[in-house]
Amino acid sequence: MGKLTIEDLKRLREDTRKKTVLREGGATVNITVHMGTCGIAAGAREVMDVLLEELSQTDRQDIHVMNSGCMGMCSSEPNVTVEVKGQEPIIYQHVDKNRMRQIFKRHVLKGEIQTDFALARIQ
Amino acid sequence: MDKYRSHLLLCGGTGCHAAGSREIKDELEKELASRGLDKEFKVVETGCNGFCAQGPMMIVQPEGISYQKIKRSDVRELVEEHFLKGRPVKRLFYREPASAETIPGINDIPFYAKQQLIVLRNRGLIDPEKIDEYIARDGYLGAPRALLEMTPEEIINEMKKSGLRGRGGAGFPTGSKWEFAFKSQSDVKYVLCNADEGDPGAFMDRSVLEADPHAVLEGMTIAAKAIGAHQGYIYCRAEYPLALKRLDIAISQAREYGLLGRDILGSGFDFDIEVYQGAGAFVCGEETALMHSIEGKRGMPRPRPPFPAQQGLWKKPTVLNNVETYANVAQIIYKGGDWYAGIGTATSKGTKVFALTGDVQNIGLVEVPMGTSLRTIIFDIGGGIPKKRKFKAVQLGGPSGGCVPEQHLDTPVDYESIARVGAIMGSGGMIVMDNHSCMVDMARFFMDFIQDESCGKCTPCREGTRRMLEVLEKITHGEGEMEDIKLLEDLSSVIKDSALCGLGQTAPNPVLSTLQYFRDEYEAHVLEKRCPAKRCHALVKFVVDLKKCKKCGVCYNNCPAQAVEWKKKETAFINKEKCVRCMSCISNCPFDAID
Repeated sequence: MGKLTIEDLKRLREDTRKKTVLREGGATVNITVHMGTCGIAAGAREVMDVLLEELSQTDRQDIHVMNSGCMGMCSSEPNVTVEVKGQEPIIYQHVDKNRMRQIFKRHVLKGEIQTDFALARIQ
Repeated sequence: MDKYRSHLLLCGGTGCHAAGSREIKDELEKELASRGLDKEFKVVETGCNGFCAQGPMMIVQPEGISYQKIKRSDVRELVEEHFLKGRPVKRLFYREPASAETIPGINDIPFYAKQQLIVLRNRGLIDPEKIDEYIARDGYLGAPRALLEMTPEEIINEMKKSGLRGRGGAGFPTGSKWEFAFKSQSDVKYVLCNADEGDPGAFMDRSVLEADPHAVLEGMTIAAKAIGAHQGYIYCRAEYPLALKRLDIAISQAREYGLLGRDILGSGFDFDIEVYQGAGAFVCGEETALMHSIEGKRGMPRPRPPFPAQQGLWKKPTVLNNVETYANVAQIIYKGGDWYAGIGTATSKGTKVFALTGDVQNIGLVEVPMGTSLRTIIFDIGGGIPKKRKFKAVQLGGPSGGCVPEQHLDTPVDYESIARVGAIMGSGGMIVMDNHSCMVDMARFFMDFIQDESCGKCTPCREGTRRMLEVLEKITHGEGEMEDIKLLEDLSSVIKDSALCGLGQTAPNPVLSTLQYFRDEYEAHVLEKRCPAKRCHALVKFVVDLKKCKKCGVCYNNCPAQAVEWKKKETAFINKEKCVRCMSCISNCPFDAID
């Protein structure tokens, strides 16, 4: 890139900020894929890949994806927990690629809890 | 996919490099790639994170989990457990020294929680070798405003309003300094940055340059506009290779973006910066000596006036500020002088960075608002004194400064209050000493440093500090007399009054302040031939106190010369013929039983 104008500088700031803002915390949605051995065996890896693919197609910077260990309900794996800030976290069970897409598009982006395959609401 | 779900912020300051963070980075990238995680996790090498004693450090975002003292052999476990399976590795969490409690979250660690960051606001958050990341963190907002929207008078007024004072130590108001240079009529003017950080125990400027070089470049650009200069120099010591490398990268990136060079951002204003490497002479941190050095002459001070604002580098009006001062400037211009003046005390505004070292738990870089008490810095942020020892004094301001004893620990850090208790703010070195430190020996150390670094131009400094060192050595060798203390005081007052430059005039300060607060220690050395802290070799008897000895054998196990005779359930005995006076027994004895 050559010499910048003041507008270039502004654009550059916004573009780079999108890539680095997750370093500062402050998520409004945290999605956790449970990836213990049981989760990975049941297909959590593909679920994570789909989730990241969906995430990269949005422009949202406030959605953070994390993984965590087994939560103890191995028979219901793969599990995914969606926590929208200010609401109780929802755990989904037997998540596959399609369910993950649905959860992301409906619950994460639009706020509609997918009760069909929700396992629990953590109080 | 260019969207990483997690960033691994690995500390890459000089301290962490020395502790192996570069190997860790390579290993981390290799391990992540071998598990197909390299598209999900981005490894970012940041500048110094501040908590140097715990390095190498890595912060995992967005979780905000920090790992401390990582070794190369830990990387595999980290990748497998945390990054692959989502189980954070507890054994590498920060452990609170007092309660032994582990703290995973970076912002919950007391060391970080009680700081307020302005100068160090980008620490551990950006890759200092990428200008884009600096820009993303509101970088290059101040300079464009100064260049495109403000007149020099407006910039100077904003700086005056902020109340920013020179962070090199003397505390001269930055706005006034710029105003003098602005009013000096000349075809050519210069903006200089003093990065010749020479105080023993100080590493603030190095860390700023390594972690956030663009903040300094931006500050200098604003100063250039304010005084009407078109050329700047950063005088940085050659002993800071990483800072020099990152400065070079930063300058070339800024030039490429047109943030340095001709017609910056279409403003019609030209300014460029060059780095000048100093060879590490302490005196070259003095402004006139620094300018001589850049001119290619021997680094020696000259009398002032004329002040650099009238006749500085190559006899042209020059502004010289310290690294930390410049690092404040862009934010003052962007957020306004009133914002800055809202932080700190009546006479000292903003924050100050301290390099906290010595006998303190949390060694590292600390930024606090002016007015914070020394006690808060040392005990709340610094975590207090390790090894269950007691606080004795804190040395502020390096060889020009003094030490502050326990009774003045509640002194707030601002220029005036620190001076009132006999020390100086200085550039920000803060060396904590416990009750095993000998104050006479400390004064001797600084005098040794000064007389080594004296440029030799003026007699009081060249000869006076030499004589003072001889007297101090005499006292620490157990040959001192009471007249020697008087002689020290006389020499001090003569040097203070007659030395040419600031370094010479302040050289007696470590002696004077220890004499003020710890005269009894000098007297113990002279009259009783005893070193109360057991530091001065010549005065230690190496005799085991039979009442205090608990027969543990630690001295026996630590003696490298087999001079300690000890058997289980018996008190130890030190054989003087074999003893090499290395102090290993004394420093390791848990019961203070060796005199």
